[in-house]
Amino acid sequence: MSDVASREYDLSQSETRPLDAPSYASVSDYVALLKPRVMSLVIFTALVGLVRAPAEVHPVIAFTALLCIAIGAGASGALNMWWDADIDAVMRRTSRRPIPAGHVTPGEALAFGVTLSVGSVLVLGLLVNELAAALLAFTILFYVVVYTMWLKRWTPQNIVIGGAAGAFPPMVGWAAASGGIGLESLLLFLIIFFWTPPHFWALALYKSDDYARAGVPMLPVVAGPDETRRQILLYTLVLVPLAMSPFFMGMAGIAYGLVSGVAGALMLLLAVQVYRRREGAPAELAARRLFGFSILYLFLLFAVLLVEAVAPAWFGL
Amino acid sequence: MVDANKEPEVEGVVLTPEQKRRQRARSVAIAAVLGALCVLFYIVTVVKLGPAVLIRPL
Repeated sequence: MSDVASREYDLSQSETRPLDAPSYASVSDYVALLKPRVMSLVIFTALVGLVRAPAEVHPVIAFTALLCIAIGAGASGALNMWWDADIDAVMRRTSRRPIPAGHVTPGEALAFGVTLSVGSVLVLGLLVNELAAALLAFTILFYVVVYTMWLKRWTPQNIVIGGAAGAFPPMVGWAAASGGIGLESLLLFLIIFFWTPPHFWALALYKSDDYARAGVPMLPVVAGPDETRRQILLYTLVLVPLAMSPFFMGMAGIAYGLVSGVAGALMLLLAVQVYRRREGAPAELAARRLFGFSILYLFLLFAVLLVEAVAPAWFGL
Repeated sequence: MVDANKEPEVEGVVLTPEQKRRQRARSVAIAAVLGALCVLFYIVTVVKLGPAVLIRPL
């Protein structure tokens, strides 16, 4: 094992490291600070908002907007890791992140996150439009200050309210293309907003020990697994018809209606299984299945919306 | 005899080969990002000016 990998996380030591001390960070550590997997979902949902907006946008401007949204999301991730380094260090799922692993100091992550946040908002405002920049700035602030610093360690409703931050990217994309906020972009926001609780609580059901050790008041830790299962089912009951509403309101085509209906029924079935299977391995399997399928569900909804928006122009449909 | 005019050698921060390699990789990455930003700003400027940039009252 290298000297870098073997360094143990110690926040106080990292904070007092002299400024001229050599950095251990590699480029891949900085890439990891951006949370690339979360970033890819943000890019995808923002792209859907951008192409669904009723406005023509030059491909270069669209690319610039997506780049800024992606960097803004990455900056939020870096600032989240900076603030949460102490709890990341005690959770198995996050203990290998760059700060707890000792590769990047909290100060380096803070500087990286602030620089990218300011840069992405400024560039979006100067090269695309002010509304999109304002929404991106609000999204970053909401994720870092409201969710990470305030809600996450305080209330089991953390991911419900904080989930708004993850739901904003389609609205930012829509605003980047049209300069406004439409009803459909609000619907896209609501779909992700109501998708977030069943998605994260399914994960929290089988990772509750991790969250309890870190002192994060996730719903299964505070209210117990049975209440979490009930809440998952309730949110899924709201989510499925909401996800079908773009079709019923005439904003999406028949393909979206079919996919949102079939995938929604599967999502509901898996949520019912989570609600009914409460003990042992079957309970954990049900939660894992719901967590895995929820990612596919959101991807399918947005992928069909994307295809329906670009297919007529690309394939002459 | 000690030369009074000779400055004492300052050891300073000595990087290990691994730290040097990582520092160089970081520098190359920053240079690549700055270069890409220059290209992006140039292209966006051309796009925003549009094709009618030369058509103007003298």
